[in-house]
Amino acid sequence: MSLITSAIGQGLLWAVLGLGLFLTFRILDFPDMTVEGTFPLGAATAVALIYRGMNPLLATLCAFLVGMVAGLITGLLYTKGRIPILLAGILVMTAAYSVNLRIMGRANLSLLGKSSLFKNDFLASLPQYFDSVFVGLVVIIVVTLLLVFFLNTNLGQAFIATGDNPTMARSIGIKTDRMTIMGLMISNGMIAMGGALVAQNNGYADVNMGIGIIVIALASIIIGEVAFGDLSLTQRLVAVTLGSILYRFVLLIVLQLNFSANDLNLLSAIILAICLLLPRFRKFFHFDRLIERSVRDERNN
Amino acid sequence: MNATTNETVNADTATETPLLELKDVSTVVNAHTANETKILNGLNLTVYPGDFITVLGSNGAGKSTLFNVIGGNLNADEGDVLLHGKSIKRESEEQRTRFLARVFQDPKLGTAPRMTVAENLLLASKRGQRRGLIPRGLRRHLDEYKTMASTMNNNLENRLNTATGSLSGGQRQALSFLMAVESKPELLLLDEHTAALDPKTSQQLMTATNDRIAADHLTCLMITHRLEDALKYGNRLIVLNAGKITFDVRGEEKKQLTREQLFNFFEDL
Ligand SMILES: Nc1ncnc2c1ncn2[C@@H]1O[C@H](COP(=O)(O)OP(=O)(O)O)[C@@H](O)[C@H]1O
Ligand SMILES: [Mg+2]
Repeated sequence: MSLITSAIGQGLLWAVLGLGLFLTFRILDFPDMTVEGTFPLGAATAVALIYRGMNPLLATLCAFLVGMVAGLITGLLYTKGRIPILLAGILVMTAAYSVNLRIMGRANLSLLGKSSLFKNDFLASLPQYFDSVFVGLVVIIVVTLLLVFFLNTNLGQAFIATGDNPTMARSIGIKTDRMTIMGLMISNGMIAMGGALVAQNNGYADVNMGIGIIVIALASIIIGEVAFGDLSLTQRLVAVTLGSILYRFVLLIVLQLNFSANDLNLLSAIILAICLLLPRFRKFFHFDRLIERSVRDERNN
Repeated sequence: MNATTNETVNADTATETPLLELKDVSTVVNAHTANETKILNGLNLTVYPGDFITVLGSNGAGKSTLFNVIGGNLNADEGDVLLHGKSIKRESEEQRTRFLARVFQDPKLGTAPRMTVAENLLLASKRGQRRGLIPRGLRRHLDEYKTMASTMNNNLENRLNTATGSLSGGQRQALSFLMAVESKPELLLLDEHTAALDPKTSQQLMTATNDRIAADHLTCLMITHRLEDALKYGNRLIVLNAGKITFDVRGEEKKQLTREQLFNFFEDL
C-alpha cells in the first residue's frame, strides 16, 4: 500500500515536468532539449537558496524564474539566431551543467537539517508518503488551472495557433517568434519548478539528476495519450498527470522484477519506446484488417 | 482597347487619394550570382479605395511575388510601397496585417488544423490587434459565426466545433476566406484562392467572394487563371508579364472587353 501511495506522490510531483514539456512538445510541436539542463538548474537553485536560509516557497519561485531565463536563451538562439531547436536546446543544456556546479559549489548538495516545502507540522501529521501526494496534488491543481486559464485567453489562443500553423498565425498578425519564446520560457520555468520540488522531496540536489528527464516527461504525455485517446485540450492536460502516475505504476511493477535503480533510464526509455511504437504495431500487424477478414471469411464459408 | 502601363484613371476615382501605391518596384533573386533575375521589374501600380482588381498573367509572371511585396513577406529591392501616401516598405508582415488580409491557393495554409472552425474565426477576428491575457469568450460569438458561416452555402455553419483539419477542401478554403474578410481589412489579396477546388465548389466560393466584396465595399486584388472570372468580376483588370504590368483596363472599358480580345492579347505576348 505504501508503495502505491509513494508512486502516486511521485507521479504527481513529476507531472509538472510533463505539463511543462506539453507546451513545447505538443503545442509548439518541437522537442526542447533544454529541459535536461533546466530540471537540475531548478533543483540547484532552490536547494542552494534554502541552504542559505531562504523560505522554501520563495526558493521554489526563484527556481521557476531561473528556468524561464534558460528558456529565454534557447528561444532567442532559435528564433533570432536561427539555430535549429534541437541544437539550441543542447547548447543551453550543456551550459546549464556548469552553471549548476557554480550554483551549488559542488556536485551534490543536501538539505539535511534545513527546511523544505515538505517539512511542516501538518505534513508530518500525515501517514507516510502522503506528504508528497498532498504537495503534488496542490501544485498540479494550481498549475493545471493556470494553464487552462492561459490557453483559453486571446494570448493563449495565439500561442496555440503559432504551433498549429505558423504561416497562418503570422498572416493574422501573431508575432510567432514572441509566442515561441514565451512558450519556451513558461515550459522551462515549470520544469525548473519541478526540479525544485523533486529535489526538496528527495532532500538533495545533484548535478546529474537531469539525465533522462526528457524521456520521463515525454512518457507521461505519451502514456496519457495512449491510455485515454481523443480528448479536448483541458482533458489532455489532466491526462498528462494521469499518465505520469501510470508511468510510476509501470516502473513500480518493473522494479519488482529485480531490476536495480541503476537500470531506471534504460527502463524509462524502453517504456517510452513501447508506447511510441504501439500505434505502429497495430498498423504493422494489420490487426484491424485481420479481424475484418476473418469475420468476412467465416461469413463466406 | 489601349494596352498601356500608364495609369488610366477614370472620372470617379481621379479625385480620390490612392489606398496603395507601388512605385518602380523591383525584386531581385540570386543577387550577385549568374542566376540573378528581377522577378518584379520596375512595376508601378496604384490602387484606389473600393477597387476590385483581377490579376492575370502566365505562370511565373510574378503575380504571387507582387502579393508578397505588398504583404511584406518579401522586400522590394528597389522602389517604394506606399499606404495612404506613407511608405510601408520597412514594415514587417505582422505589422501589415492591421490593414491587409490574404487567402492563398492551398487550403492548408490559411487555417490552424487542430483548432476548431469557431476558434479559427475568433483568432482572425483579432487580426493585427494586441492579444492579451483576456478570456477569449468564444461562446459569445457562436451565433455571429453561425450566421457568417451560413453565407458560404456549404454547411460550414454546422461544423463550427469541428477541428479544421477534418473539413473538406472547399469548406476549409471558405473558412480561410471568412477569416480574411471578417475584420473588414482595408486591402484583401486573393491568390488563386479557388484554384485548388473542384469546378462547382470553386464557382460557389467565387460567388460568395464577389457578394462579400460588394457588401463590405472591400478593396481587393484577385489573382486568377480563369479568363472568365477575370472578366466577370471586379472593376479593373491587369495583366502581369515578366514582372511588369502590361495591360490595365477599368470601368466601361473593362466591361466591353471580350474573352477573345483578352485571349488574343495573351497570344501576342
Ligand atoms: N525565392 C525565389 N528564388 C528564386 N526564384 C523565385 C523565388 N520566388 C519566385 N521565384 C521565381 O520568380 C518567378 C515568379 O514567381 P511567382 O511570383 O510565384 O509567379 P506567379 O505567381 O505569377 O506564377 C518564377 O519564375 C519563380 O520561379
Ligand atoms: Mg502564383
